[in-house]
Amino acid sequence: MSSAEKSKITAKQIQSERLKLLRGNKAFIVGSFILAFWVICAVFGEKIARYPINQMDFEATYAPPSGKYWFGTDQLGQDIFSRVIVGARLIVVISFLATVLGAAVGTSIGLAAGYFKGIFDMIVMRILEAISAIPVIIIALLAVASVGRSSPILTILIIGFIFAPNIARTVRAAVLGEAELEYVAAARLRTERTPHILFREVLPNVLPPLIVEFTVRLGYAIFAVATLSFLGAGVETGSPDWGTQVAETWALIFSNTWWPTLFPALAIASLAVSINLISDALLEVFEI
Amino acid sequence: MLRFVLKRILLSAITIIVVTMIVFFMTKVLPGDVARQKLGRDASMESVEIYRKEQGLDKPLVTQFFNMNKDLLKGNLGISTTYEIPVSQLLAPAATKSAQLALVAFLIIVPLSILGGILAAMKRGKAIDRIITVGGLSAAVIPEFVWSVLLILVFGVAIRAFPVSAFPDEGQAGIITSIYHLILPSLALLFVLFGYISRITRAGVVEALESDYTRTAILKGHSRATAVRKHVLRNALLPTIAVVASQIPYLVGGLVAVELVFNYPGFGSLLLDAVNKRDFPMLQSSVILTGTVIVSFQLIADILFAFLNPRIRQRTSE
Repeated sequence: MSSAEKSKITAKQIQSERLKLLRGNKAFIVGSFILAFWVICAVFGEKIARYPINQMDFEATYAPPSGKYWFGTDQLGQDIFSRVIVGARLIVVISFLATVLGAAVGTSIGLAAGYFKGIFDMIVMRILEAISAIPVIIIALLAVASVGRSSPILTILIIGFIFAPNIARTVRAAVLGEAELEYVAAARLRTERTPHILFREVLPNVLPPLIVEFTVRLGYAIFAVATLSFLGAGVETGSPDWGTQVAETWALIFSNTWWPTLFPALAIASLAVSINLISDALLEVFEI
Repeated sequence: MLRFVLKRILLSAITIIVVTMIVFFMTKVLPGDVARQKLGRDASMESVEIYRKEQGLDKPLVTQFFNMNKDLLKGNLGISTTYEIPVSQLLAPAATKSAQLALVAFLIIVPLSILGGILAAMKRGKAIDRIITVGGLSAAVIPEFVWSVLLILVFGVAIRAFPVSAFPDEGQAGIITSIYHLILPSLALLFVLFGYISRITRAGVVEALESDYTRTAILKGHSRATAVRKHVLRNALLPTIAVVASQIPYLVGGLVAVELVFNYPGFGSLLLDAVNKRDFPMLQSSVILTGTVIVSFQLIADILFAFLNPRIRQRTSE
C-alpha cells in the first residue's frame, strides 16, 4: 500500500469517526432540529402559515393569542403566527448568503495573505485589524447611511464584507501552518500556478477550521441581520421580517400587549441558538 | 519590554489611521451622494453645489481626506448638519453617558463571568459546567435588543422589579438611582458577553488545575481551595484579560440597540440619530471615535498582558 493510499484511508476513517461523534452529540441534534424547522419555514412558509401574511382582520386588532390566532394579532389585525413562519425566509436567506460571501472573500484573502506573507500580508492584516476595531453594527450603519437606503441585497453585501476579515484571519493562521509543508513545496516544484496551489492543494487541508468558522459566522450573521432590521437599517417596513416586527411593536409591551413582540423575538433567539449549538458541537468534534 | 510597548503603540496608531481611511472612503466611494441625501431629491442643482462648497466636498478626495485628518488632530470634529453646532459638543456628553453605562455593565459582567468560568472549571464535566458553557454561549448569540425587550417584559412589566428606562427622571438623579436604572441594560449586555469571558476563564483554570505546579502545591499539603487561590488563578486569569479586551467592540456595538430600547441618551442613540438624519460629520466623527477608543483599550490590554506574563516579558526584553 502506498503512503498516499494509507493517508486516504485514515482521512476517511477520521471523517466517519467525526460523523459518529456528531450523531451522538445532544446539542448538535437539538440544534439541527430547530434549524431544520426554520429552514422548512423559509422554503414552504406560505403553505404552513394559517392566514396570508397581509390579511387584515380589523375586527380583531391586537387580539391576544387564541385558538383562532395562535400567536395573536398585531395593530392591523394580521396573524402573528403566520408572519413569524413566513418571516423566517428573509433572515435565513440573508444571513446565509452574507456568510457565504464573507467566507468566499475571506478565504481568498486569507489564503493569499498566509501564502505570500511579507509586505502583502502586513498591509492586509493592518486593514483587517482596522475593520475589526469598528463594531459590526456601527460599520454596517455607516455603510447604510452612505449608500442612502437599505435593502436585503445591501445587507448581504455589508455583512459579507465585514465578516471577511475574521474568516481571512482564521484561514491565514491555518495556511501559515501549511505553507511550509512538503506537499506545497512539491506543487511548487511541479510549477503549478499559484491559484491552483492555494485552492486545490492548501484549501482542502484547512477546511476543518474553515467549516467551524463558517458556522460561527452564520450565528453572528443572524445576530447582525436581526439587529440591523431592528434598527431600521435592514429590510423595508411592514415586512414580516422578525427584527422589523420587534422594532414596530416593542413599545407596546409597556401596555402589556406582549405577543406581537415576544414571538418574533423568541424566533430570533431560537434560530441563533440552534446555529450556536451546531457550531459548538462541530468545534468539539473537529478538535479531536 | 520598552521596544515591545513602542512597537504596539506604533501599530495601534497605524490601525487608527487606517480606521479614518476606511470611514472616509466608505462615505465617499460607496454609491450615494452625501449632499443629495442631506438636501433631499428635490433640491436644486444650485443649492446642492453651495452645500458641497460649504462642506468642502468639491475638492479632490485626497485633499478632503487630509483636511479631515488635520481637523481631527486639532480636535475639530466638524459641525453637525442636523443641530448646526460643533459635533464635539454633542459627542462629549453622549460619550460620557455611554461610558457610565459601559462602566456599570463592565463591573457587573467581568466579575460574574470570571466567577462563572472558575465554577465551570472546578465542576468540570458536571451539569453546572454544561449549563455555564453551553448556556453561556447560546445566550451570547442572541442579539442585545432581543434580551432588552425580554428583560423589560419580565422585570419591567410582568413583575415590575426594575425601571424600564435607563435614565431617571429629572430631579431624582442620585448616584444610586442612576445605577439602579442602569441594571437592566447592563444585564442585556451581560448575557451577550458572559459566554466568551467565562469560557476563556474556564479554559485557563482547567489548564492551570492540571499543571505540575498545582499538583506540587497540593502534594505539599495545601488544600485544593488554597492551591486554586494562590497558584491557579494567577495563571488562569491572564488569558481572560486578552478576551475581555477583545469583547470591547461587541460591548460598544451593543450599546446602540440597548440605548435605543432603554431610552438612554448616550453615544449609541446619537449615532443612530446621525444615521437616520444623514448627519455625516457627526457620523464620521462618532465612528472614528469608536475605533480610537477600542484600539486604545486593546493596546492597554496588550501591554498589561505582556507586563503580567513573565514569558512574554522575558522574550521581549531579549
